[in-house]
Amino acid sequence: MKLKEIMELLDATLLCGEDKLDMEVEGAFASDFMSDILAYVSDQKLLLTGMINPQVIRTAEMVDMHFILFVRGKMPDANMLALAEDSDIAVLSTKKLMYTSCGLLYKNGVR
Amino acid sequence: MADIVFEYQVDGSDYHRAGEASRSTKSNLKKLGFPSDIIRRVGICMYEGEINMVIHADGGVAKVVIGLDDITIILKDKGPGIPNIDLAMQEGWSTADAQANDLGFGAGMGLPNMKRCSDEMNIDTVVGEGTTVTMKIKTK
Repeated sequence: MKLKEIMELLDATLLCGEDKLDMEVEGAFASDFMSDILAYVSDQKLLLTGMINPQVIRTAEMVDMHFILFVRGKMPDANMLALAEDSDIAVLSTKKLMYTSCGLLYKNGVR
Repeated sequence: MADIVFEYQVDGSDYHRAGEASRSTKSNLKKLGFPSDIIRRVGICMYEGEINMVIHADGGVAKVVIGLDDITIILKDKGPGIPNIDLAMQEGWSTADAQANDLGFGAGMGLPNMKRCSDEMNIDTVVGEGTTVTMKIKTK
């Protein structure tokens, strides 16, 4: 799925990274534990998390992820968005829960 | 050719800034043209180590030495030391506080992650004096 399709599917708001809307998202990983992300992400490029602090951006950058989707309506602050832009990572936010978001993505082919 | 060395002071007082040395290292390695899998392993090792220094040891000094055949990361702190390294290496074992948990760390995966992503890892620790973690990632 393209990022813009994911945005529509999850009724998400794009907070930065407009240039990535047409990029294909093939794999995703969901966790609130940063070390689990560092340990288990192989080549998934989309991170779903409800954790909200700058370490989320740094963690995603360390494992070369391109997209972060904050679930449960979590909204990053301006500093986090500046960090994400600097790290070339697109950031979205959805009000949907983690479980629902993962289910919808999986059902629509993002594995 | 002489080794290339990057050295960083890791500020232990600000949890939100933890990881800046790792970001800078990753960016430097990219500029030097290392393959992405090597950069990723160095990044994970250093980032977990940097977070540990902030969570447990009030910061310290991080040094990255780029040699001909490998990259060595040396993380030196003057923290409380690790009383039982075997226990600390077990997945899920952690002494991290609530503030670390709030940031998504402290699940007891840091040291195992560092060992997994490095080719060699050595922990030199003295209780009450500090810890030096040395990790080597082969580049050839």
